[in-house]
Amino acid sequence: MMLYFLCFILFSVGLYCVLRKRNVIKIIIGLGIIEYAVNLFIVLTGYRTHGRAPIFSKGQEIMNMVDPLPQAMVLTSIVIGLGVVVIAVSLAIRMYEKYGTFDITQFRRLKG
Amino acid sequence: MSVLLFFVVAPLAGAFLIALAGRKIKYSAGFCAGLISLGLSILSFYAAGLISRQQVLVFRIGGWTAPLGISLVGDGLSALMLVVVNVISFLVVVYATSYMKLYTDKWNFYALFMLMLSGLNGIIISGDLFNLYIFLEVASLSGYALVAFGTEPEDLEAAFKYLIMGALASIFILLGIGFIYSYTSTLNMADIQMVLSVKPKGAVIGFVSVLFLAGFGLKAALVPFHAWLPDAHSSAPTPVSAILSGIFIKTVGIYCLARVFFNIVGVSEGLLSVLMVLGALSMVAGAFLAIGQSDIKRMFAYSSISQVGYIILALGIATPLAIFGGLFHLFNHAVGKSLLFLSAGSIERSSGSRDLLKISGLGEKLPVTGYASLMGSLSISGIPPLGGFWSKAIIILAAIQSGHGVYAVIAALVSVVTLVYYFKFYNRVFFGLPVFLTEKIQEASFAMKFSMIALAFVALFAGILLLPAFRPLFENAANCLSSGSGYAASISGVLP
Repeated sequence: MMLYFLCFILFSVGLYCVLRKRNVIKIIIGLGIIEYAVNLFIVLTGYRTHGRAPIFSKGQEIMNMVDPLPQAMVLTSIVIGLGVVVIAVSLAIRMYEKYGTFDITQFRRLKG
Repeated sequence: MSVLLFFVVAPLAGAFLIALAGRKIKYSAGFCAGLISLGLSILSFYAAGLISRQQVLVFRIGGWTAPLGISLVGDGLSALMLVVVNVISFLVVVYATSYMKLYTDKWNFYALFMLMLSGLNGIIISGDLFNLYIFLEVASLSGYALVAFGTEPEDLEAAFKYLIMGALASIFILLGIGFIYSYTSTLNMADIQMVLSVKPKGAVIGFVSVLFLAGFGLKAALVPFHAWLPDAHSSAPTPVSAILSGIFIKTVGIYCLARVFFNIVGVSEGLLSVLMVLGALSMVAGAFLAIGQSDIKRMFAYSSISQVGYIILALGIATPLAIFGGLFHLFNHAVGKSLLFLSAGSIERSSGSRDLLKISGLGEKLPVTGYASLMGSLSISGIPPLGGFWSKAIIILAAIQSGHGVYAVIAALVSVVTLVYYFKFYNRVFFGLPVFLTEKIQEASFAMKFSMIALAFVALFAGILLLPAFRPLFENAANCLSSGSGYAASISGVLP
C-alpha cells in the first residue's frame, strides 16, 4: 500500500511540475515524471510478493509468479513516452530558435 | 488474410516507404500516399459490405485466440468510421498534392499523414484496450508533428500546447487502462465487458470512468478541456486542419469515448447526464466563441467544438434514435467541416489572408470555392435539404422524445447561432465590395477543386443516406452502441 501511495506522490509532483512551471524544459521533465509514475503503478499491479519470473522450463513448477503482461505494457509505454519526449524537445529547440527563450509566458502569439 | 489487417498495415508500410524514398524520387510521395488512401477508401466500402453481411469480422493476430492474443474487430460502428475516415483522407490527400506545393520537405508531410491514418484505422478496428492506446498514441504523435509542420512561431506554440494537453490525456487513459487491467485481469475489450458484468461494480469503475472521461474528453475537446483546439486546428497546414477537425477528434475522442463507455465499462445514469451537460456546454460555448472570431480557420475550429457538443449530447441521451442521430451528425460534420477547412485553405491561398476583416467580395473570382463553402456552411448550420439538417432534427426529436425538452431547446437555439456566424463568414468573404490584397486572384487548382466538389456533393445529398437502401450503415453502427453488452456477445459468438 505504501508503494502505491509513493507512486501517487510521484504522479502529483509531475502534475505540479507540468501545471505550475514556466520553463518549457521543466514542463517536459514533468511529463516524464508523470509517465514514470503511471508506469510504476502498472508494474506494481502485476507484482506478487516473493513471486518469480514466469519463465517456463522443464522439471520446474512455478507456484507464485509475477504477472508478465504489465511489464510488457510498460515496455511499450516507455517507448511511446520516448517518442513524446523527442517531439516535445524538438519543438522546444525550434521555439528557442524563434523566440530566444524557454519561458512559456513569452510565447503569446496565440490567445485562448 | 483478413481485410481488416490492410487498414493498419498498408498506410504503415506507405509511411515507411515514403520516408525512405520520398526525398530521392520526385512526386513519389504524393503518388504513393494518394494510391494507398484511394485503395483503402475502396477497401473500406468492401469491408463495410462484408460486416453488414457477417455482423462482425474478427482477425486474430498471429493466430492466438481472443483473451490471450490481440484481435482486430470490425463491427457496425467500425464499418461506419472506416468509411468516413478513409474516404475523407483520400480527398484530403488529393487536395494536399496541390496545396502542399509551397512547403519544403513535402515527403515528411505524406509520411506523417500515412502514419496518422494508420493510427486512426488502428483505433477503429482494435479489439484490445491496450492496443487501442498504442494506436491512439501513434495517431496523436503524428498529429503533434503535423500541427508543427509549418515551423512558424505560431505553429510551434500551438503544437507544444497541443502536445502537453494530448500527452496528459494519454496518461489519464493509460492510468485508466492500468486500473481496468488490475481489476479484471484482461485487456480484450469483449472479455473485459464479460468480466465486469459478473463482478460487482465498485468504486474502481467509477474512478476509471472519470479517468477515461477526462482523457477522451481532452482528446475530443469538450468544453472544459477545449483550450488547445482552436490554436492547433487554425495553425496547422490546411489539409491537416481538415483531417484534425474532420475525423481526428471524432475517432480519437468520440469513437473511443463511445466504445469504452457503451461497450466496455458500461454506462450509468450519472455518466449519461454528465455527457449531456458537457455536450450542451460545448455546444453553447463553442458557438458563442465562434461569433467573435475574425480568423476564418479559428472560427471553424470553434464551430467544431460546438458541433462535437451535439454528438456528445446525442450519446448522452442514449436512446437508439439519439445515437443514430449522433452518428449521422458525426458523418455530416466530418464531411462539412473538412469541406469548410479545405475551402478556407483555398481562400487563404488565393487571397493571401484568412482574416475576415481584410478580404471581401471574392464570390466572382472564386466560384467553385464559393459554392463549396456555401454547401459546407448550410450543411453544418442545418438548412433543410442538406445533411446537417436531418441529423440535427433527429437529435432534437430524440431529446424531446426522451423528455429532455431543455436540451432540445438549447440544441435548436445553438443551431440558429451557428447559422449567424456562418452567415457572417459567407457574407464577408464572398459578397460585398471586392477588396483584394493581391492583384491576381486565381481559382484553386484542379486537385483542390476536385476534393471540394466531391465533398460538397456528399454534403448536399447526405439526406439520401437516410433512405432504406443506405440506412443499415448507420443503423448497424447505432445498434452496436445501443445494445451495449451485445458487443461482447457478438464477438464471443464469432470467437471459437
